[in-house]
Amino acid sequence: MKVKVLSRNPDDYVRETKLDIQRVPRNYDPALHPFEVPREYTRALNATKLERVFAKPFLASLDGHRDGVNCMAKHTKSLSTLLSGSCDGEVKVWNLTKRECVRTLQAHEGFVRGMVVRFCGNSFFTVGDDKTIKQWKMEAPGYGEEEEPLNTILGKTVFTGLDHHQKEGVFATCGQQVDIWDEQRSSPIRSFTWGVDSFSSVRFNPVETELLASCASDRSIVLYDMRESTPLKKVIMNLRSNTICWNPMEAYYFTCSNEDYNLYTYDMRHLDRPVIVHMDHVSAVLDIDYSPTGKEFVSASFDKTIRIFPRDSGHSREVYHTKRMQHVICIKWSADNKYILSGSDEMNIRMWKANAAEKLGVLSPREREAVNYNQKLKEKFQHHPQIRRISRHRHLPKAIYSQAKELRVMKEARRRKEINVRKHSKPGTVPVVSEKEKHIVTVVK
Amino acid sequence: MAKISKKRESKKSRKPSKVTNKTTPVKPEVSYDDDDAEVVSEGDENITSEEEEDERKHQKLLEAISALGGKKKKKLAERSEAAVQMSEFTVNAEGEGDKIDLSDLIGTLNKTPAVPKKTKKQLQNLQTKNTIESPLSKQESERIQRDVAFQKSAAEVSRWTSIIKQNQRAEQLVFPLKQEPSGRRPVEKVVCGWKAQTPLEQEIFSLLSVNKQPINDPVLTPKEEASMRAMSLEDARIRRAELQKARALQSYYEAKATRERRIKSKKYHKVQNKAKRKEFLKQFDEMVKSNPAAALEELNKMELSRMQERMSLKHQNSSKWAKSKAVMAKYDGEARKAIQQQLEINKDLTEKLAASLNKEEGEEDEDVGDPEVLPDFVNDAETGSDPANPWMRGKLSAEPAEKEASDCEAPSVAMGNTEEEEDEQEVEETEEEALLREFDSRRKLRQSQESDKDPEMCVTDEEEAEEEHEATATDHPDTSDKEEEELSEFKSLLQGITDSQASRAEMPADAEPTQTSAPLEEGLVRIRTLEDIELLGQEEAPTDEAPAETQEPPSTQAPSSAPEKAKRKRKRAIDVKDVLTKEAKVIRVPLDPTVEDAEELDEKDGQRGLIKEAFAADDVISDFLKDKRKQEDAGKPKVVDLTLPGWGEWGGIGLKPSRKKRKKFRVKVAPPPPPRKDQNLPCVIISESRNSSACAHQVSSLPFPFKNPSQFESTIRTPSGRTWNTERTVKKITKPKVVTRLGAIIEPIAREDVMKDLMKNQKQASAGKHTKGHVDSKNKKKHMNKKKTVTAR
Repeated sequence: MKVKVLSRNPDDYVRETKLDIQRVPRNYDPALHPFEVPREYTRALNATKLERVFAKPFLASLDGHRDGVNCMAKHTKSLSTLLSGSCDGEVKVWNLTKRECVRTLQAHEGFVRGMVVRFCGNSFFTVGDDKTIKQWKMEAPGYGEEEEPLNTILGKTVFTGLDHHQKEGVFATCGQQVDIWDEQRSSPIRSFTWGVDSFSSVRFNPVETELLASCASDRSIVLYDMRESTPLKKVIMNLRSNTICWNPMEAYYFTCSNEDYNLYTYDMRHLDRPVIVHMDHVSAVLDIDYSPTGKEFVSASFDKTIRIFPRDSGHSREVYHTKRMQHVICIKWSADNKYILSGSDEMNIRMWKANAAEKLGVLSPREREAVNYNQKLKEKFQHHPQIRRISRHRHLPKAIYSQAKELRVMKEARRRKEINVRKHSKPGTVPVVSEKEKHIVTVVK
Repeated sequence: MAKISKKRESKKSRKPSKVTNKTTPVKPEVSYDDDDAEVVSEGDENITSEEEEDERKHQKLLEAISALGGKKKKKLAERSEAAVQMSEFTVNAEGEGDKIDLSDLIGTLNKTPAVPKKTKKQLQNLQTKNTIESPLSKQESERIQRDVAFQKSAAEVSRWTSIIKQNQRAEQLVFPLKQEPSGRRPVEKVVCGWKAQTPLEQEIFSLLSVNKQPINDPVLTPKEEASMRAMSLEDARIRRAELQKARALQSYYEAKATRERRIKSKKYHKVQNKAKRKEFLKQFDEMVKSNPAAALEELNKMELSRMQERMSLKHQNSSKWAKSKAVMAKYDGEARKAIQQQLEINKDLTEKLAASLNKEEGEEDEDVGDPEVLPDFVNDAETGSDPANPWMRGKLSAEPAEKEASDCEAPSVAMGNTEEEEDEQEVEETEEEALLREFDSRRKLRQSQESDKDPEMCVTDEEEAEEEHEATATDHPDTSDKEEEELSEFKSLLQGITDSQASRAEMPADAEPTQTSAPLEEGLVRIRTLEDIELLGQEEAPTDEAPAETQEPPSTQAPSSAPEKAKRKRKRAIDVKDVLTKEAKVIRVPLDPTVEDAEELDEKDGQRGLIKEAFAADDVISDFLKDKRKQEDAGKPKVVDLTLPGWGEWGGIGLKPSRKKRKKFRVKVAPPPPPRKDQNLPCVIISESRNSSACAHQVSSLPFPFKNPSQFESTIRTPSGRTWNTERTVKKITKPKVVTRLGAIIEPIAREDVMKDLMKNQKQASAGKHTKGHVDSKNKKKHMNKKKTVTAR
């Protein structure tokens, strides 16, 4: 009789040092692991469900303003600092980690129209309805000191927007015309006009830092070069654009938020046709900001929602709303690509996660691997109907839902009518106009 | 002065007519952005229509003026308003062209002799020269400026195209883009930005400065620098020359060494090594005579190397290469040879130095060497209960392999269930065979043939050999009396062990008489020399008496003489070969488990029987077949009988519709379906109908980026989890597209950085080309070398 005894060679499983990774023997023979597709499908389904379960994007609400928040500015050097200006001329500096206001100053009489932090992060500029541009120190004044601006420029007309150059002491304002200012001078070094009397927003290109773009009240978007004496080009659209934002990673793309509920991404070299039309909002889009990675952007709308769009997609991937959030006037995407900050009519600033289901904080390596794997699975099975349904499901307030439905019906009706008209008219007389071209009136050289 | 004024006048007066002429061709090109453009174009039309009339009037006027005699020209010299002539809309004042010009008189001037030639010439020049074009309108010029500026900035921006595309296509982007290189920075840089702040640091710095110690680069004290400077020029030159020479020599040697090292020919190296060894031996012999101390040192060195060899696994056939060769050895003569060579190297290295020193002494040396080795294995043998497991033995894992290689130091203990033992036995056998050959020259040839034939034959040979050897051992105990005496103590030591082992070993041998390898494994003693064999024989003679007697006749013919000793030496070489041929037999080893398997089988059968019993009533197979039949029938098209009894003929009880009618009204509804997929698969039912519950999870249409279904399916089919992929692959597959660092501000992409990187890349690319070329040339050289070696072979 033979006694069988387990006898293993410890060479195979004992670590040489305790720092070594434990050896986990695996057999990758596919015969031992059958049904790989159904198993991965189940995993993907579970991952998608869990993602929805954990999707809790709302982080905090910063209250303290006594009027609607009209503009916000990110600090260029500190992630935890946010500046906000309200409709009563008050500017507040917030500490986002503590979620509290660290400083309040009465900057203007009337609205604070625009605000921007200097590239060095030591001071910031504000413009207001009182026709002034003010430069403020970033640090709060010491005890006993009065809160006074470093510099005040009195303009002739009301300024509606403001942006600072990426590297030089130059900033741009817009109002009746677009002005380029040197920080050291009290009069603009350059003014651009092109037959329009009011601009609503101006933005420097963060990559090609000499370029600017502005939105005008005559439904146009105008491009400028700081070094030239004349504007470059403008495109006139069907409705007015409210704000504009350049892609921080792709020099020639910018996106504008329009009154016609859409956002348009343009290639600045070809203004006659937007690259993509982003649709989903059901009311005018008021503000837009790109993520610092340039892969996505977030838009704030009059319909009381925030939507996140991938740069190259026509529809949003995410919609955020709360019962108490009113018309969202300004929006910012934090510089570490993790958070979104929205300022709305009802005097609050809200902080959201950029990825709703993301776990905040440091991930352990295993966690990270699991997240990556789940992400990959979701991506792989994204076309499967169940997964697609779950991942795309969002709750919407009834008003917005019905409005969206109505818009859909209207759009369909228009389309049908156009088809009918085309059918009953001489071939060639009713041309097919693509959605992208529909919203452009003309390009003026 | 008068002349000049005239000229001016003429210029001015000429202008309007010119303008009217000029504007007409220009106009159609211009298109204004505003409503003004239309107005302008209307004006244009008017002008063009009136042009001919103007011409006629002009002619008339000219005639009139010539008749008048040119007195009224001063009136015409009035200043015309530029604004009127060149209004924004380039519309002319009415009647401007009708006035008389000074230029009209030039023709007459030519004819009058009073005018000097110079002025005539000047006038002519004026006539031929073009006037300056009127400046463009403001809108137009601005438009052109804008266009130019836009083109410029568009071109500037277009530089980003490649970078943007690259980033869009990138599998992974890590933000922030501009990351500081990890790792340590050079000391100088760290020191540069550092200042002494604490009092301690300041003190240290002050001390350093007082003693004139260097703080930054270069790290030399002034004294050192002075001494550096002190060397005279001539000295320096000589020194430099020396250094140069040394460097050159070194480089030559290096080049030579690398060249030689790079030669891949084994033969070359073998020959070289052999030559070296020979030379060394020669020197050594001399040294023994001349300088015994140095010789002793050399000896020590050799001893050390031997020890190292014994410790290491280098030539012990335990490496991956050796294992692979061992597998190949069965079929491949070269592999066999290679293993043999390695073994030989090992043997050479582990051989006692005394033996290597004076080879003439022959076997005696080996015998002498033995007792020294023996105590080791005696110790080993007792401790080992599981020879495969080095941990259980409390010895290095290298040991079993070493034993196997170094002529079997440890005795075979357990039954034939491990490779090493088998090998050991084989080695034993070979020795025994060698011995046999000594005694039995007649059988020698046949034996060697058999051993080469195949492993199974070898086993039988082994048996025979063993038996024979035992026989010889029993018959001739007196041949090696001397050695016996030498080993008396050892024997006494062994006696106890062997007895116990033998008794243990015999048990299984009895239990499994069919097993061929069983009788070989008994015994604890490693057979290394004749004496050992003898010893074995003595001990086991009583157990194997019968076979020994049968084998007696050949063994009696064994005379021990000098020439045969020499033969045996030669055999030794062959023996190693035999070892190798039998190594291939290793595969055949696990014979024991078959019995166990049988047991297991029985067990299984028992279980099966149980199951059979339990489900005796269920006739699963017939149920399945029925099911299948049912499915098949359901799939077949049904015949519908539409005959209505009583229509067109008599109806009633007992009357059936006629056959003709029935034939006519029996209708097959659908054409027969295509053959079922499970038609030829008796044990399978394949349902071809759509499964609605599964359908909800399936993709109904081809998703966007994919061109064809197979492409999509293949992406779905490849699993990405770690159940199916290695760790590295999983990491690679599941790499996220965008990686951001926690708490890092992501700055917009900066022109300077990217452009710098681009420049760097370009530079590297250009540099890379050069280096590549260099490498290529090197490779070529290598190839050349290879070729040379090939030809040499």
